[in-house]
Amino acid sequence: MTGLTADPAVPPGAARQRPAAIRAVPLRHPWRWVSAVVVLLVLAGVIDTFVTAPQLHWSVVGQYLFNGQILQAAVVTLYLTAIAMIVGVGLGVLLAVMRLSVNRVMSSVSWFYIWFFRGTPVLVQLFFWWNIATILPTLSVGIPFTHIMWSESTNKLITPLLAAILGLGLNEAAYMAEIVRAGIISVDQGQTEAAHALGMRRPLVMRRIVLPQAMRVIVPPTGNETISMLKTTSLAYIATVHELFFTQQEISNFNYRIIELAIVASIWYLAMSSVLTVFQYYIERHFARGSVRGLPPTPIQRLRRMLFQFHAQPPFVADVEPWLEANPPHSGM
Amino acid sequence: MPLAPMVRAEAVHKSFGRNEVLRGIDLEVAPREVMCIIGPSGSGKSTFLRCINHLEKIDAGRLWVDGELVGYREQGGRLHELPDRVVCQKRSEIGMVFQSFNLFPHMTALENVIEAPVKVKREPVAVASERGRALLDRVGLGDRLDAHPRQLSGGQQQRVAIARALAMQPKLMLFDEPTSALDPELVGDVLNVMRSLAEEGMTMIVVTHEMGFAREVGDSLVFMDSGYIVEAGRPRDVIGNPQEQRTKDFLSKVL
Repeated sequence: MTGLTADPAVPPGAARQRPAAIRAVPLRHPWRWVSAVVVLLVLAGVIDTFVTAPQLHWSVVGQYLFNGQILQAAVVTLYLTAIAMIVGVGLGVLLAVMRLSVNRVMSSVSWFYIWFFRGTPVLVQLFFWWNIATILPTLSVGIPFTHIMWSESTNKLITPLLAAILGLGLNEAAYMAEIVRAGIISVDQGQTEAAHALGMRRPLVMRRIVLPQAMRVIVPPTGNETISMLKTTSLAYIATVHELFFTQQEISNFNYRIIELAIVASIWYLAMSSVLTVFQYYIERHFARGSVRGLPPTPIQRLRRMLFQFHAQPPFVADVEPWLEANPPHSGM
Repeated sequence: MPLAPMVRAEAVHKSFGRNEVLRGIDLEVAPREVMCIIGPSGSGKSTFLRCINHLEKIDAGRLWVDGELVGYREQGGRLHELPDRVVCQKRSEIGMVFQSFNLFPHMTALENVIEAPVKVKREPVAVASERGRALLDRVGLGDRLDAHPRQLSGGQQQRVAIARALAMQPKLMLFDEPTSALDPELVGDVLNVMRSLAEEGMTMIVVTHEMGFAREVGDSLVFMDSGYIVEAGRPRDVIGNPQEQRTKDFLSKVL
């Protein structure tokens, strides 16, 4: 490979032969192996304890895992999570924009809402909505000073599901408002200025310029909130919603297999939150556009690259010479 | 009879808290004039520029653009604040280019350029896109329409920013140190675009440290220091034969 200097594509400074790649003996880490063994032993012990516990009937877990009632309850849990998050995100964005509004009335209302709903337990809020009929037996909406009025019995109106949606959604909105606010603040002031200088008005600037850029900051904690909501829906049992937790409890009240059914519910919660985690990864990747030069690889792309690089790596030191001959540096190939 | 001034400032004052940034600015910019403003940092150059399109409110004095008061209307001897809608409408007639480009990073170059024409002026996307392409072509980026700002060099980004401002067909262009954040080898492309704009007769106010540009392209030069206009005149005269000691000190440092 002495003809390298003749290659016009190679700048003069790079004309020297590239030395062989460094193939050092890697540093050994014996403690990693020791700790791995310890962890495996502890894990095996824990698993053994549960698998062989005489009072724990794994066949019951298997029997109820795909039970119709349980499956239906899992669907209710997912549905409740989705609706509560939609209410939470929608209202949260509104509250965040209000909180940052130059209008003092708007920002005060938003401040008060967040203060109230963040400061009381969500279980109490659910309890409140479920029992609201005790203080307001009928709900009426009307135009003041006229006879135009619509009213309905509260008990008929506030179904278990609606009480749960109100309780979870309104509470979530307070947390989402703070997340969205953090996202909005994170966007460079110069963006707003440039948009104003082009004659864009506040709502347009918020919608077209600030919020799309804030998404990068908003999405990760929102994914976190969604997964948290998936589990918080179990509190809807207090409003007698037939979600996963309430249903498994109903079943175990009959057959006394309390831990078995708790395991069934846990398996479903874990499975659903795992799926949400995958969604979150792809949504985050989507909103990274424009803020990074290249998108991070998807897990599948990463796997493919790993396999490909494994093949492309030069073999061991002993065979470097023939390998270099086959893959000459700066060969332009 | 000279033309009515495009920009007229009379005793403009501006403070941020106790910090008085502008302490009485008087100047006039005629249509088609290119005025360069120089001065040390903190002298109030940028603040004055931002007052012209009402990104900052002035505290005292009067400021007119194209014969109309900026940010207010005068009625019965009193000033009334203008509603947001009117302020924005007037801003849309003034182009502004920033030191840090401030392109919208989630949009491509072309999307950056057509955003305001489509959303503010309600132009059809096809019309705005056609002019946007022509503008990007003009600033030498006809082949980078679909690039995101982060994929462009600083000089390219600033040229997209100029195209974005021009897309609103402004009657006045404000440049706030447009080349200060650029690598030296990228400054020339941006200055060339500005030069060709000046040759076409665009009214421009340019806050800059580029003395060469000020001397060759500028019709007038203003030297500002600590909120005052220290010296103003033809660029050749101010740079070649400064009258004030402060101007001499400043020029000796930058030339």
